[in-house]
Amino acid sequence: MTNFSQPPTARLKLTGISKAFGATQALEGVSLAVGAGEVHALIGENGAGKSTLMKTLSGVIQPDAGTMELEGIGYRPVDTLEARRHGVAMIYQELSLAPHLSVWENIVLGDEPHRAGWLNRKAAQEQARQVLARLAHDHLDVDRPVGTFSLAEQQIIEIARALLMNPRVLIMDEPTSSLTKKDTERLFGVIRQLQGQGVSIIYISHFLEEVRQVADQFTVIKDGQTVGTGRIESTSLDEIVRLMVGREVTELYPRRTAQVGAEVFALGGGLQVRAGEILGIGGLIGAGRTELLRNAFGLARGSRSSPAKRWAEGVGFLSEDRKEEGLMLPLQMSENVALPKYRQLSRWGWLRTGQVADAARRWIGDLGIKARDGNQPVGELSGGNQQKVALARLLEHPAKIFLLDEPTRGIDVGSKAQIYELIADLASKGRSVVLVSSYLPELFGLCDRIAVMSRGEVVACRPTAEWTEQTLMSAAIGTAVA
Amino acid sequence: MDYPRQSMGSAGTGISMKKLIAQFGPFFGLLLVVGLFSIDREVREFFLSYANFKIVLTQTVIVAIGALGMTLIIISGGIDLSVGSVIAFTSVVGALLIQHAWPAWAVVLVVIAAGGAVGLLNGAAIAGLRMTPFIITLGTLGIARGAAKWMANNETVNYDTSPINQWMTTANPFDRSLPPGAWVALGLAVVTAVMLRRTVFGRHIFAIGSNEATARLCGVATVRNKIYIYVLAGCFFGLAGLMQLSRLRQGDPTVAVGVELDIIAAVIIGGASLHGGVGTILGSMIGALIMATLRNGSQQMGWPTYFQEIIIGVVIIAAVFLDRLRQTRTD
Repeated sequence: MTNFSQPPTARLKLTGISKAFGATQALEGVSLAVGAGEVHALIGENGAGKSTLMKTLSGVIQPDAGTMELEGIGYRPVDTLEARRHGVAMIYQELSLAPHLSVWENIVLGDEPHRAGWLNRKAAQEQARQVLARLAHDHLDVDRPVGTFSLAEQQIIEIARALLMNPRVLIMDEPTSSLTKKDTERLFGVIRQLQGQGVSIIYISHFLEEVRQVADQFTVIKDGQTVGTGRIESTSLDEIVRLMVGREVTELYPRRTAQVGAEVFALGGGLQVRAGEILGIGGLIGAGRTELLRNAFGLARGSRSSPAKRWAEGVGFLSEDRKEEGLMLPLQMSENVALPKYRQLSRWGWLRTGQVADAARRWIGDLGIKARDGNQPVGELSGGNQQKVALARLLEHPAKIFLLDEPTRGIDVGSKAQIYELIADLASKGRSVVLVSSYLPELFGLCDRIAVMSRGEVVACRPTAEWTEQTLMSAAIGTAVA
Repeated sequence: MDYPRQSMGSAGTGISMKKLIAQFGPFFGLLLVVGLFSIDREVREFFLSYANFKIVLTQTVIVAIGALGMTLIIISGGIDLSVGSVIAFTSVVGALLIQHAWPAWAVVLVVIAAGGAVGLLNGAAIAGLRMTPFIITLGTLGIARGAAKWMANNETVNYDTSPINQWMTTANPFDRSLPPGAWVALGLAVVTAVMLRRTVFGRHIFAIGSNEATARLCGVATVRNKIYIYVLAGCFFGLAGLMQLSRLRQGDPTVAVGVELDIIAAVIIGGASLHGGVGTILGSMIGALIMATLRNGSQQMGWPTYFQEIIIGVVIIAAVFLDRLRQTRTD
């Protein structure tokens, strides 16, 4: 194990944690040390074991082996309530709030102040206001249903709930994945405030640039084992990525020379997609990029075309919401991949399952999908692998024009690199890729041309070389039109 | 450097049309129904009289008490299709006990407990064994009905007399006072409403219905609470069975078939959502009144009973449709 520095006396110490689920060894001899008032980043690919480790720490599951110590005293919670009582609280990526209940009800849920079952509303409301004040958010109306607040505010409310029991260790799982830059900065402010109050924070995130901004120490987990730990400021990003992925990822974005051909598809908004090109679409959320793509695929009401027609024309669409729209989670991988082709893979209405299975096997190999076999339900795969399955469907078809909406959102670095390679490969074969992304490095690293949308319209479309991050941002916000 | 990523949540606005409809909808529904049957002059004369008001109120009692229990279950995200059978079952139990000269207070206790027992069965299977409420209570529907017929030997259970008979009587048309049964229902409604708003248990019912996983994560004993909910509702259903017994003055194992539809419709019309997390006692009570008024009014108009059934069916579909409209979020 690579150790870059010795951590000071640890408030929280995990040693030799192991956990198996049936035949899968999720964690093996994992160690973690977090000091008081420290922000410790937990980094690793999807499926590396981060969430299993945190579930062990927060009392959701019990480890098979290993010890946990809080302030030097043995710590082994049997459930989340006990963990919270000992001062370990976790905030999940998928916010766990009851949308119909008010802010104060959510904050005190499970630990309401009461007299023999009779709820003490005044005390509960006061507790809620106090803890929100700690987060500089006491302007929120505690009586409003939580579902009426913005996602960023809901996150603050969830942190408030965690703070109620004065945690010594706060675990945050992908806290910024749905936040704007401004909200992220605000969250970092809150984290620094909590740091100042002595709270230790374990910060799990895929956004390595953010991790560098906010964390002091880091630990990298790979395949259920600790592979590295150390101080953030003395470790380079490349080094961290190498630990995560286990190999050199020098070029995240594949080098390619674009060979762009004739116009093949009218995307809408005055944009024409050409053969062999990767066209990026940038802009703020709400600018209308998803709508543009969905329209092009015939998904809008009153559209002249339809998804079926588009499929037939060789156009494939990947929704940004893969759980709800991209995949059929309970169904097998092979079914997800082959569904649009069922008519071709059948004879007289009778499905030829052999060919369906062949399709799946091919893509598991070609795309490096980590699955047992083609029969595994897609819902059991990690995010990165699920996205590969969704892409495999388009590839299997085979589509000639790919409309991809945020294809690498929420996916680990290793899978991202693979998907980028895939996209570059498609372009080199003469296919066309339209890529909607909110991630600037991705747009600059991969695309030949970038179009920017603002407030529902395409405001500019230029070759990538003619954009800078500043000018792109300005165009997206709608200030400059250089 | 990244783009600013804007959040997708919708902020709540002040008073909106949707909110107004949600709050006062059931009441407008009631006015609408009353208005509907007041159109015909001949019918109107008796329909809007105090005597008829008493009758409607009394006819509402059984559905209303059932709706009290059902509201708790639906808010928590569950459903109970067996209520009709439980009413029949408990009314038969009551009649048998009266037949065997049990004192009234004992009869009341045992009947309510019998309802609670069926609730325990439902709750244990649903919460403990994690089975879908729809299927489990569908099963209990058959079991309870069968048990009722078995205990009654497939005929009505008759007895001489009992103070219980006085609870639901509307015999004296000149008597301005409401039958005791109506007061019991009213009182229970108030108590239940207060319980829902002011006790920890009440708020937990909402939490479980709104987001059960969250509630569990927060340390709410979801399994235990869900069992309590079904048992409590079962006790309500037992009380409704008692009221049914009082009205019929005999134990009839074939009674209350299909009343679960009236009860569930009442709760949904009243503003609760089948997805859980929303619901009010006041709304459910108005919903029960609407159902009773519909039946009463149809009778006054001389419509055949099969017509009533069609109307009730349409109302149920409309109520669930309204429920879906209420749930659509503004994106």
